[in-house]
Amino acid sequence: MAVALILLLVAIGSVLFHLYSPWWWTPIATNWAYIDHTINITFWITGFVFVAVIAFMAYCVFRFHHKEGRRADYNPENKRLEWWLSVGTGVGVAAMLAPGLVVWHQFVTVPADATEVEVMGQQWQWSFRLPGKDGQLGTSDVRNIAPDNPMGLNRDDPHAQDDVVIENGDLHLQMGKPVKVLLRSVDVLHDFYVPEFRAKMDMVPGMVTYFWITPIRTGTFDVLCAELCGAAHYQMRAKVIIDEEREYHAWLEQQKTFAELSPAKALVKATYQSGGK
Amino acid sequence: MVDIPYEGITGIPPAEVPEVELYHPRSWWTRYVFSQDAKVIAIQYSLTASAIGLVALVLSWLMRLQLGFPGTFSFIDANQYLQFITMHGMIMVIYLLTALFLGGFGNYLIPLMVGARDMVFPYVNMLSYWVYLLAVLVLASTFFVPGGPTGAGWTLYPPQAILSGTPGQDWGIILMMSSLILFIIGFTMGGLNYVVTVLQARTRGMTLMRLPLTVWGIFTATVMALLAFPALFVASVMLLLDRLLGTSFFMPSLVEMGQLSKYGGGSPLLFQHLFWFFGHPEVYIVALPAFGIVSDLISTHARKNIFGYRMMVWAIVGIGALSFVVWAHHMYVSGMFPQFGYFFATTTLIIAIPTAIKVYNWVLTLWRGDIHLRVPMLFALGFIITFVNGGLTGLFLGNVVVDVPLSDTMFVVAHFHMVMGVAPIMVVLGAIYHWYPKVTGRMLNDVLGKFHFWVTFLGAYLIFFPMHYLGLLGVPRRYFELGDAAFIPPSAHSLNAFISVVALTVGFSQMVFLFNLAWSLFKGEASGGNPWRATTLEWQTPETPPGHGNWGKELPIVYRWAYDYSVPGAAEDFIPQNQPPRATQLVQGAAS
Repeated sequence: MAVALILLLVAIGSVLFHLYSPWWWTPIATNWAYIDHTINITFWITGFVFVAVIAFMAYCVFRFHHKEGRRADYNPENKRLEWWLSVGTGVGVAAMLAPGLVVWHQFVTVPADATEVEVMGQQWQWSFRLPGKDGQLGTSDVRNIAPDNPMGLNRDDPHAQDDVVIENGDLHLQMGKPVKVLLRSVDVLHDFYVPEFRAKMDMVPGMVTYFWITPIRTGTFDVLCAELCGAAHYQMRAKVIIDEEREYHAWLEQQKTFAELSPAKALVKATYQSGGK
Repeated sequence: MVDIPYEGITGIPPAEVPEVELYHPRSWWTRYVFSQDAKVIAIQYSLTASAIGLVALVLSWLMRLQLGFPGTFSFIDANQYLQFITMHGMIMVIYLLTALFLGGFGNYLIPLMVGARDMVFPYVNMLSYWVYLLAVLVLASTFFVPGGPTGAGWTLYPPQAILSGTPGQDWGIILMMSSLILFIIGFTMGGLNYVVTVLQARTRGMTLMRLPLTVWGIFTATVMALLAFPALFVASVMLLLDRLLGTSFFMPSLVEMGQLSKYGGGSPLLFQHLFWFFGHPEVYIVALPAFGIVSDLISTHARKNIFGYRMMVWAIVGIGALSFVVWAHHMYVSGMFPQFGYFFATTTLIIAIPTAIKVYNWVLTLWRGDIHLRVPMLFALGFIITFVNGGLTGLFLGNVVVDVPLSDTMFVVAHFHMVMGVAPIMVVLGAIYHWYPKVTGRMLNDVLGKFHFWVTFLGAYLIFFPMHYLGLLGVPRRYFELGDAAFIPPSAHSLNAFISVVALTVGFSQMVFLFNLAWSLFKGEASGGNPWRATTLEWQTPETPPGHGNWGKELPIVYRWAYDYSVPGAAEDFIPQNQPPRATQLVQGAAS
């Protein structure tokens, strides 16, 4: 029976594709293997249901397709069967939901020892900011944005002066250290997306959003924007580099603070205005 | 509920139906153009929706050309790509699927299936279509205005949608919002009609629990749409004000192209909540009519009553109600209050239970049936597979933490195309093969129909099933070009090219369908009034196609539910709803 066979082949083909296709998630680089586990649980449960339903359907088509003289059963309801199927479905749903909610609880509970890093999105580039020696990020506001202050830091805030500001550069993170990534946008929605991190979150102008990760392997990873942000959305790229402690500190030493960046620019401006005299 | 004929139901008096004042057409214009007959309005809705749907189909070809072969087609640039995806999405969801299921199938089938002469407010019904047509024309006009249509994505998220970094910021977005507002006005006029007609104009004996599931699906979807569209309406008006008058409902202080803008104090998330408060019910506004229609296709062509009718009705109503408390599952990574995740993940996964019941009951209807593998049944089977597939991947995306890595990737694109693109379109196509004989009096060609089914079903599956795995890999959606990214292997580009080739093939195979529709109109085999030997009232009309007023002198009287197929003891394998108990011929020798 060709139709039944094709239906069955669709189910079998899907399973084989799942098992043998070369396209699978990227090797994880953070602590969020829990998310991968939850996806795997979901694949098992949904895969079972998918194959069971299609196989049953294919069997029905094979066994009960029209032949001369066949007559269907008259079978309006079967309360018991319907309730059993509902309860079974409920159990399956709970088996996916429960681990999902547990992991979500971890996802939204930032560890107390996490250090903060800020990522700022704007059409169509990324900027990064790390707290300086005082361990605290200074305040910022869109209204402070100026050519010599692209991240809009508050000049009167002493915490801002030693913040490390990285424009058009790459972000480095330290292996094994939990980090709370604060996300900010100055124009439209963006989304700081590194596939290997699993975590991601939109950046919304007017608010500060966040996620947290603990990097578990070193390497260089592509940053993409995952929320449509206009014409050059697809070109909004950067890199994140996860370093061992020594390399991380070596990199950090070379970065400029807000205070170091602003006077330099202010000086250039002053020189220009005075005609270089 | 289940009326076994030989148990006999007596006591229903003969029909004494007062003559309803019908709006008889007086000229060619009022018969075919400004008609107040729901059947003509249904055809007008269907043709308009299909015409704009063809535009969306062509847009999808252009998108797939770009995705499959980036850099090859110089006539597609990044701005246009965004305009294509935006218009494709908006047309398919609103102007095609919503309009076709409610304005098309709703108008044609509701009065016939409930045994009414017409919709209760025929004039408003006519206005509904003309406002809809205006909405479509305004939408289509954006292709010809300076700057072209908006490229903000069909979700139209501000601030992006109204700022200068997005194509179509001049005219496109303004006309888009205007068109949506018109659409909602037009829909509300039609929708009120469908609801009142189902509640008030059912013929004698047609209790709510005797309605065919098609009517239950369309009725519930319409009630939902009347409650959900107002959220989109206010969001559209507010966004229009932000764009035109410089208000700041959705706009915080922000920088536009390096300059501090005049906006301040608004909330982009407010728009998202309003949009999805409409947007999620919208998924079910498309799905519920499909659920209802496919139930009737399966029952009719398997010659068997739908299994668990009461559970099916309650599942439709339950899904409709639940769908209003799940909207923020579209916003798990939007930056909203994180604790919302628990609530919305739980409600979203609970919806899987009534939905699963529907799937079980469809396949259990096949069990011990007498399955005629005619074209409508094939499409129904195709629907079950694609819907189960798309429904199950919804369990990934609904489960908040699983959504985090998958959101905004091709996994989402594959999921929603499978579940609310391919699956409902399978039903639309099956339904057209099923009801075409009633609308035209002729059958569609069977060979062309089977060819159309296999290419469409297998092709669509080959397009969207592998696409999930691109998303799992991390390929983001709404990308003009993937460019260089270490995590995307060359094989992913080959898969994209493959998907594009299949998509073009499936697209062109629809031309076979269009040819079939046109050819059969003149050359198709005459169908007679009830070619599928179905029980529901629309097949029992005195004329085919049904005349103005649907029924002859007297309205039909309903004696039984819609699913008396293969009733034991009855000679025929179907008993029409309007057949009196004593008129049923029994098998010789059966007890009476």
